[in-house]
Amino acid sequence: MSSEVSVNQESDVKIQKKTKFWLNKQKRGDYFWAYLMIAPTLLGTIIFNIWPLLQSFYLSFTEWGAFGSYSWKGIVNYERLFNEPDLLIALKNTFVFTILSVPLGISLSIIVAVLLNQKIKGVTFYRTLYFLPVVTMPAAVAIVWKWLYNADYGLINYVLSLFSIQGPRWLTDPNLALYSIVLVAVWGAIGYNMVIILSGLQGISTTYYEAADIDGAGMFVKFFKITLPLLSPTLFFVTVMSLINTFQVFELIFMMIGPNSLVIENTQTVVYLFYEEAFINNDKGYAAAIAMALFLIILCVTILQFKLQKKWVHYE
Amino acid sequence: MSSKTKKRINPNKLVIHIILLVGAVIMIAPFLWMVLTSVKTFGESTQVPPVIIPKSLQWENFSKVFTTLPFAMFYWNTIITTICKTVGQLMFCSLAAYAFARIKFPGQNVLFILIISVLMVPNQAYIIPQYLIMVKLEWLNTLTALIVPGVTSAFGTFLLRQFFMSLPKDLEDAAKIDGCNHFRIYWRIMLPLAKPGLIALAIFTILWSWNDLMWPLIVNSSPSKMPLSAGLASLQGQYITEFPVLMAGALLATWPMILMFIFLQKYFVEGIALSGTKG
Repeated sequence: MSSEVSVNQESDVKIQKKTKFWLNKQKRGDYFWAYLMIAPTLLGTIIFNIWPLLQSFYLSFTEWGAFGSYSWKGIVNYERLFNEPDLLIALKNTFVFTILSVPLGISLSIIVAVLLNQKIKGVTFYRTLYFLPVVTMPAAVAIVWKWLYNADYGLINYVLSLFSIQGPRWLTDPNLALYSIVLVAVWGAIGYNMVIILSGLQGISTTYYEAADIDGAGMFVKFFKITLPLLSPTLFFVTVMSLINTFQVFELIFMMIGPNSLVIENTQTVVYLFYEEAFINNDKGYAAAIAMALFLIILCVTILQFKLQKKWVHYE
Repeated sequence: MSSKTKKRINPNKLVIHIILLVGAVIMIAPFLWMVLTSVKTFGESTQVPPVIIPKSLQWENFSKVFTTLPFAMFYWNTIITTICKTVGQLMFCSLAAYAFARIKFPGQNVLFILIISVLMVPNQAYIIPQYLIMVKLEWLNTLTALIVPGVTSAFGTFLLRQFFMSLPKDLEDAAKIDGCNHFRIYWRIMLPLAKPGLIALAIFTILWSWNDLMWPLIVNSSPSKMPLSAGLASLQGQYITEFPVLMAGALLATWPMILMFIFLQKYFVEGIALSGTKG
């Protein structure tokens, strides 16, 4: 009996050893494939992101001379950020741009999405038209709107003249140019946000509305008490994405205003200033400091949003 | 019952249609005006009140675009760049995403966070050293400069990882017992199931690649290596106020994406909705 048991134990150990060995081999295979599969992405990330980020940080302490030579200058560039008005003006423009275009764009997107979510005909037709600007190259959008905004021959001022309104000089009036570009940004982003919000709306169970109907709730009560709270996770996502995108607006400013315009000071955003300093004025040290400042600002705003989300975002 | 309700005009729905139509006109008007202007003479474009339909179609505007700038080259450069970046991202992102989602290995979380943290940083914080790398490698004014930095993507890896994680676990167990290695499981089982995610990533990559402006402006100043976006900026520099020619250029640069969107609309909408929910 006892010998039988020991034989059994022996074979158990053998099997265990075998499975352990097999597992190890399997694990080793797993590791091999895993590292091989992530290698290209990891390499790309290190070469084109991690290393450049560190180098940008280093460059922000340097000053650039002719022929691409540069030398360590300490915190000079950061002092310039605070002492020269450029960055402050660009920051102010960026904030004005963001604070107008994000809420306006998202509100309009919600309205369109809610209307499209009613059981009406032609949803696909409307969706196509509203989405069209999203797939259109921003550089082309900028040229077309520059033409529409043309003070003398543009379509917009002509339409205004039909109502006996003297149209303004949309893109050359220093007090107006930034707001003109805000309108284009809003026009261009409605379709994208609308699609995301619409899919969020379709995820809301109809039982909530049926219950509200029984209670005799009206359209607006339903919208504010059911739709908005249940939509808040989607709206949070849309807000975070929109803020990050509008903070980095470049194409519209570059194409519609450009470096030779007299109103560029009144419209240049942080990213435009960065581009101009880095690749037109070849002041790459200063530009790197601007990029670091932008990074810090976006980081703070994103953290703030995640902190604030507890106050208004409801997860089911 | 439904036919009865259909016949009655619902006043609420009428209001909804009116609001949506007004919005739709505002959305589409710039496109119509672009097309109409692109076939006008310069004189017609500056008449007040404006000429809506031109007397004869001025195809010269389009030929001017092609003769003053190598616009055919712009197309070629844009198409090659877009194809290479899209194929690269589909391949590399799905490989990495599979490993992160379905295999356990040491350093998994650290490496994933390292890759994803890229998304938190604005592009401008990378772009100067990226440019310096291109200078070092002597890649300025080559298509390689437009393509190589864009063949991997943190966004794509994240999107597809979310997708792979949502697939049931027992899928690969059977395959493992049959002795399939991870590449075969990835290729034979996972990729076909991840089609919606791959299509979403492809659409995003195609759009972003086609429309990107800043990077091409920085690395490719030679007209023969420019994509359409940077080419459009050059065109604007040459025909500052000649709007019919500029509109012809804008139309030439945008119609492929617009056409693609109209035909593949379902995938665009699903892809964006997917990124919104999986993100």
